[in-house]
Amino acid sequence: MGNYQLTYKPFGESAILIEWPQIISKEILKDIRFFVTKIEHQKSKDILELNFIYHSLLIIYNSKNCYFAEIKNTLESIYENELHIPEKLEKTLWHIPVCYDEEFGIDLAYLSSEKKMPVEKIISLHKSVDYTVYGIGFLPGFLYLGGLSEKLSFPRRDSPRLAVPKGAVAIGGNQTGIYPQSSPGGWHIIGNSPISLFDIKKEIPCVIVPGDEIRFNPISKEEFELIKIAQDTGNYELKSITNA
Amino acid sequence: MLKILQPGLYTSIQDTGRFGYRNIGVPMSGCMDSISGGFANALLNNDKNDAVMEITMVGPKLAFMASANIVITGAEMCAELNNNPILNYKVYPVQNGDILSFGKLKKGIRCYLSVSGGFQSEMILKSRSFYAGITSQGFFKKNDLLSFKHQEINNKHPKAAINTKIPFYDTNAIEVFKGPELELFSSRELRKILSTTFTVSNDNNRMGYRMEEEVVKHTKSIITSPVLPGTVQLLPSGKLIILMKDAQTTGGYPRIFQLTEKSIAILAQKRARDTVELKLITDL
Repeated sequence: MGNYQLTYKPFGESAILIEWPQIISKEILKDIRFFVTKIEHQKSKDILELNFIYHSLLIIYNSKNCYFAEIKNTLESIYENELHIPEKLEKTLWHIPVCYDEEFGIDLAYLSSEKKMPVEKIISLHKSVDYTVYGIGFLPGFLYLGGLSEKLSFPRRDSPRLAVPKGAVAIGGNQTGIYPQSSPGGWHIIGNSPISLFDIKKEIPCVIVPGDEIRFNPISKEEFELIKIAQDTGNYELKSITNA
Repeated sequence: MLKILQPGLYTSIQDTGRFGYRNIGVPMSGCMDSISGGFANALLNNDKNDAVMEITMVGPKLAFMASANIVITGAEMCAELNNNPILNYKVYPVQNGDILSFGKLKKGIRCYLSVSGGFQSEMILKSRSFYAGITSQGFFKKNDLLSFKHQEINNKHPKAAINTKIPFYDTNAIEVFKGPELELFSSRELRKILSTTFTVSNDNNRMGYRMEEEVVKHTKSIITSPVLPGTVQLLPSGKLIILMKDAQTTGGYPRIFQLTEKSIAILAQKRARDTVELKLITDL
């Protein structure tokens, strides 16, 4: 039995977009993941790709003989079907080391004066939350995180920086994130993580998946350098706890 | 193997695209004009997933170091084999020492070069399509080497006929389906968009084509959601961006239309200051 009223829309010749109610919620994300698991259980050869983020699920089919009405019926019955409901949905909590030193957190002083909040308070609010990964996009390995304290919400820069360094941890609007590679960006930089969120040389380039959670773990500049070296030599593994 | 003597403006390897990695944010990539890319493989009896070379506006100069059959499709760029003009959509045998070069751009902007057996650039995440950050290079540089399967030249190549007098992309009609956020806009606003002749701006590349005209200003935004090559986004400024093959996987602007694969191919042959009109192929 499905929990939500879903909207099915054709999206071009060979894709379907399924939308849950337009709110950002952990329950919706969980419902999407249940549905994805049930669809994957069917092992349909026609499905090229399942892609979900926030309240949307995109299904790309591998043929142009993608008959919307037919596929919608099939998907609806899979959603309503109580068989093959996974007993548990695994979720991993990842500990992401972040150095909040002012050498990296170049906008901490600015945020502190604008928000009239000590730098220590900004860091403590930022590190004390387990953030939900609602999806990955924008750049390979860029996590859309939910859970930023309202007290840290702050509008983006008027003009984006041309190059935000790789690993930068930043705040933009009511979101926080980590830049997986150097790129232009308009968020305020509060620290840097020495880890590579996306490494194409690895068999699994990005170990964090939508549905997981992350926690920022403050480290010193010395630890930052050590982790960087360990990672460059292939001797660093992200700390994580997996449970259902 | 072949050697890149001159790289041209933006020359890369593309195939049918990279699927299965959108959930970690990896774009689809693949031939911008998949119809011409498909012809290039079909004329050599290649697999449809074989990798071809995508050549943009200014062609490369290539030195073959082994024999193969080759075909050029798509844009008309006055190709020459050892300084003798050759035709698009016709199979030619090449041998060690042969030089392929390109001249004046006459029609379209992207042409496709295929070799029998397909180019063998690195396969990353199940695709050979170049994308900087995923593959080790985004486009070719001078003196790069590119391998392909050595094959005995076989003259029994298919004699497929393609009418190339009027290429399929010689139109400014871009067919679109409704997009997920179409209903956020009034039918008057949509009719205005559908009756506008849009001009391709200088901001056009493998990620997207931005149009010049400001048609419908708005303040609507959506929760970040998947986008596809061919998605038409309406920016708050009133301008349109049509996403192309290297587009990011998610977006937050209203998705008002979705191009057909053929229309993506047609648009991929347009350059700055060319015009296009959107034709909705279902009722409003």
